[in-house]
Amino acid sequence: MDNRVNSELIRVESLTKIYHLGEVKVVALRGVSFEVKGGDFLAIMGPSGSGKSTLMNIIGCLDRPTSGQYLLEGTEVSKLDKKQLAYIRNKKIGFVFQMFNLLPRTTALENIELPLLYSNVPTKKRNRLAEESLALVGLSGRKMHYTHQLSGGEQQRVAIARALVNSPSIILADEPTGNVDSQSGAEIMEIFEKLNNEKKITIILVTHDLEISKFAKKMILFRDGEIVKREIIKD
Amino acid sequence: MNLLKTVQVALKALNKNKMRSFLTMLGIIVGVLAVVAMVSIGQGAKVSVQERISQLGSNLLFVRPGSSFRHGVHGGWGSRTTLKPEDAEAIVEECPSVEMVSPEVNTRGQVVYKNKNWNPSISGIGADILAIRGWKMDAGIFFRRGDIKGAAKFCVLGKTVAENLFSDVSPIGEIIRIRQIPFTVLGVLATRGQAGGWFDQDDVILVPYTTAQKRLLGIQHINSIVVSAVSAESMSSAEQEISELLRRRHELADYEEDDFNIRNMADIQEAVTETAGTMTILLAGIASVSLLVGGIGIMNIMLVSVTERIREIGIRLSVGARERDILMQFLVEAIVLSLTGGLIGIIAGIIGSRVISSIAGWPTMVSVASIGLAFVFSAAVGVFFGFYPARKASKLNPIDALRYE
Repeated sequence: MDNRVNSELIRVESLTKIYHLGEVKVVALRGVSFEVKGGDFLAIMGPSGSGKSTLMNIIGCLDRPTSGQYLLEGTEVSKLDKKQLAYIRNKKIGFVFQMFNLLPRTTALENIELPLLYSNVPTKKRNRLAEESLALVGLSGRKMHYTHQLSGGEQQRVAIARALVNSPSIILADEPTGNVDSQSGAEIMEIFEKLNNEKKITIILVTHDLEISKFAKKMILFRDGEIVKREIIKD
Repeated sequence: MNLLKTVQVALKALNKNKMRSFLTMLGIIVGVLAVVAMVSIGQGAKVSVQERISQLGSNLLFVRPGSSFRHGVHGGWGSRTTLKPEDAEAIVEECPSVEMVSPEVNTRGQVVYKNKNWNPSISGIGADILAIRGWKMDAGIFFRRGDIKGAAKFCVLGKTVAENLFSDVSPIGEIIRIRQIPFTVLGVLATRGQAGGWFDQDDVILVPYTTAQKRLLGIQHINSIVVSAVSAESMSSAEQEISELLRRRHELADYEEDDFNIRNMADIQEAVTETAGTMTILLAGIASVSLLVGGIGIMNIMLVSVTERIREIGIRLSVGARERDILMQFLVEAIVLSLTGGLIGIIAGIIGSRVISSIAGWPTMVSVASIGLAFVFSAAVGVFFGFYPARKASKLNPIDALRYE
């Protein structure tokens, strides 16, 4: 899907994020810098509260950094307005959440169509893309099932199909296996591995599970809002 | 996202919460129903008042002499004796906008038939009074012109008088005594009913005005002249012509005020119609309050709905919904609710006003304007009360919305 393999996709320079919880100042990120190339499969690891989810939300354009630079395909994201950020979330980024975040009382197919709805894809094409996407995660037989009729693993696979449907440059997965049993977790990771290997889709994965991180090619270890270790796992 | 898709999404969301959607609509339904039904009652009242007054004669003018003024003392209106039968004749002959006239001489008197007696008002009138006033005969015949000219001792009874003097015999052809003078009863007028208060329009005896002048009162003047204009439109020209004619006939100098006074039915009609209009506005105002309350209900539910669906909003934002998309989604939901409620309310209002007509017997009239107004108003309620919650939803930060528990 992404032909720009090995070109620079994401560059983050001395990124900081400070939350103000009433009087208390919480520093979630203290000067993080790294880069991600097209076709990468990066695992961000670290204990809870180390700032890895905060980083993911900033990369996913759901949150803004307090200071520092974030370039996505060469564009300075922190300077964009809300409408442009919405466009990036819609077209360039597929987000997979720990809590699945599917719409309740809605069919699998409708959930997957959601990003296409906001990019004005005509109905027929929308249906076709959604079904293709659902086939990629191996759930073609479940398209008319409602969210609550699906198991946790299936819900997460629907969420991955939704992240894929608009052919994004990058998929961000925040603890995608955190709420499913270990077997479903393995299946989900195999899907990510396949997408990365066969479709050359760039993936950034947040996890604290060492087993899960072994599916990735590169690894960054976080502690207290800073990168403490960088490692190449394979290739 | 285009509008059609937005409407579809909104409908789907409303469909998922059928009961809540219906209860929200109920406020608007009742409000619109009240507006449509109340306005139809008001309109119905207005139209029936107008009809009744035009039955009284919307093309009628009443000429009365002015107030007398002797030795520094004013009499009441009509106390002058300047109006003469010749004035009436001149009016019908010389004023082109006037169709018919009838002089009037009014008095009261004791009326006796055998061992019964009664004290009705006695009206001396001209031969054209039936045509002018649109009165009808119940039985017998009316005066001919010759009877008027000859001051004949004939009379026509109002229904109340006939009932009081003649309980079971026909009064036609009988002799009654008015102030001791024998009169032959020619006929009985059809009933006209109460004219408001205790004034009974049927408690009257009609006699030729000449008879009233000469035999009953011994006077030369008349009390008033009833004039019918050729049409309702020519009222003001008729008034003008009569005024000029009478000033000339009464030889009034330019500095002198009129010694007569002209009133017309249109003034009265206008006043009463205005009153009915005020009532319509009042009723619509009261009903609008319930529509407003319905609107607040929508705002309340939409606010709850926004809070309840913060996660949904977060999900939509995270997959690329823009502020505008979220704003439109919730706004369209509110508008769909209020418009659907408005439509149901209009239908219920039409049915309701029919039911009121048939049960309470009030005249109602559902006007297109009131339907249009109710519809536009309910849409406006949707936009107005839907906007704040929708805006609140659209301003949410995606990450905060996703984390909301």
